[in-house]
Amino acid sequence: MDNMHEIIKAYVIKEYVEDDTELTYDSPLISGGIVDSFSMVSLKRFLENKYNISIPDDKATPEAFDSVNKICKLVSEYVK
Amino acid sequence: MAFTEKTRGIYSEILTGLKDAGLFKQERYIHSSQAADIEVEFPTGAPLKKVINICANNYLGMSSHPEVVKAAHEGLDSHGYGMSSVRFICGTQDIHRTLEQMVTKFLGTEDTILFPSCMDANAGVFEAVLTKDDVMISDRLVHASIIDGIRLCSAMHDTFKHSDMEHLEEKLQLHNDKRLKYVITDGVFSMDGDTAKLDKMVELCEKYDALLFVDDSHSSGFIGKTGRGTHEQYGVMGKIDIITTTFGKGLGGASGGCVSGRKEIVEMCRQKARPYLFSNTIAPPVVAGVIKVLEILSASTDRRDKLESNTAFWRKGLIDAGLIIKAGDTPIVPVMLFNAKLAQDVSRDLYEEGIYAIGFFFPVVPQGQARIRTQISAGHELHHLEKALEAFRKVGKKYDILGKSKQEIIERYGM
Repeated sequence: MDNMHEIIKAYVIKEYVEDDTELTYDSPLISGGIVDSFSMVSLKRFLENKYNISIPDDKATPEAFDSVNKICKLVSEYVK
Repeated sequence: MAFTEKTRGIYSEILTGLKDAGLFKQERYIHSSQAADIEVEFPTGAPLKKVINICANNYLGMSSHPEVVKAAHEGLDSHGYGMSSVRFICGTQDIHRTLEQMVTKFLGTEDTILFPSCMDANAGVFEAVLTKDDVMISDRLVHASIIDGIRLCSAMHDTFKHSDMEHLEEKLQLHNDKRLKYVITDGVFSMDGDTAKLDKMVELCEKYDALLFVDDSHSSGFIGKTGRGTHEQYGVMGKIDIITTTFGKGLGGASGGCVSGRKEIVEMCRQKARPYLFSNTIAPPVVAGVIKVLEILSASTDRRDKLESNTAFWRKGLIDAGLIIKAGDTPIVPVMLFNAKLAQDVSRDLYEEGIYAIGFFFPVVPQGQARIRTQISAGHELHHLEKALEAFRKVGKKYDILGKSKQEIIERYGM
């Protein structure tokens, strides 16, 4: 898998996983309770800063942020 | 009629689900005033049982203190039962302003505004002082009332790992472009009894031009050398921008709360905080009672000193008995049992032994961290604590958890 997947997965683990939960690219982050909806904001800001993009608020939904794969798909839409 | 059998069925199913999951909360009727010794009817209809209470927020034993009760009586006689008004219409008496000034002096802040409860203070303050141009960065273990207040506010919200100052600094850097940055924490965390690292937090706030909010509900009156709170303990009095606290715990135990801090922020709350604008003023006898509490605590540190020595005795006693407790020095002392059913069984057996203490388990605390939360009071005498320790030893022996490690307890009882 490409670098973006690994970078985002590593960020999610560092930021949100406080035990030894294993994470795959398809692990449900929001619906699985790993990332609470409050904390989505830092993930969004991280992605925007890291990839120099702006994700509209109406696109940053819990569904769109629910796995590493889905996040990569969303980010790819905005990366030039 | 809209409340049809179908509607009733919907709610019944939810309530049954709570019972099946072991999450159904049941009240226990106390027939006495709040104190170390109470009389309890539990289960409902059972004969009254005299028990020692080690789960109240009555940290300083003020709930039934004779001078406080007398002051409340006098307040009732002189200022009436209620005001039938919010503060800004016709609900502010001289004693409300007196209490605000006394709290300001006690906490070492610039100004104070009273709220019907600290729940209301926390629910109203953020919306009153922040906009969508701002950010709130909160510890992940802050109290539920703060979370509700954050939900009501349009500012961006982010969190940092519990008491992790490196993570907080990363978040301050991440959000450095925001107009106002508020760092939000409890002073003492109510489930674990640990304290926020306020000295480090003040440093970070100064470095990144952020403001600091502290809910000191489980601290005011007894943490710090003269009981002013966690800001006194960490040597940062005058450096906290907003302190919220309650009069429902150490400072009396009845009700009411406040926002205390920078005068402009307090004024913003007076103009804009919805729980202040749209709910009744604190009842006069309660105000009179809190004034007396602050007089007593300002005149002498005897009660917080006694609480400190009781807490040290209690913590040492539990450790010597071979129980696992959360480290710290506050009067919130969680006895860790890890397994939810074990916590409920131990609580029930302690009650049989005449000790009233409650088990906490998921979702109130994280999965696998079930516990009995004990809370010590200056109202406890040594004989209360000795009897409670004896009960813990007896019940602990029954379940074979004395001297056992976390791993051994989990292996035997599961998470």
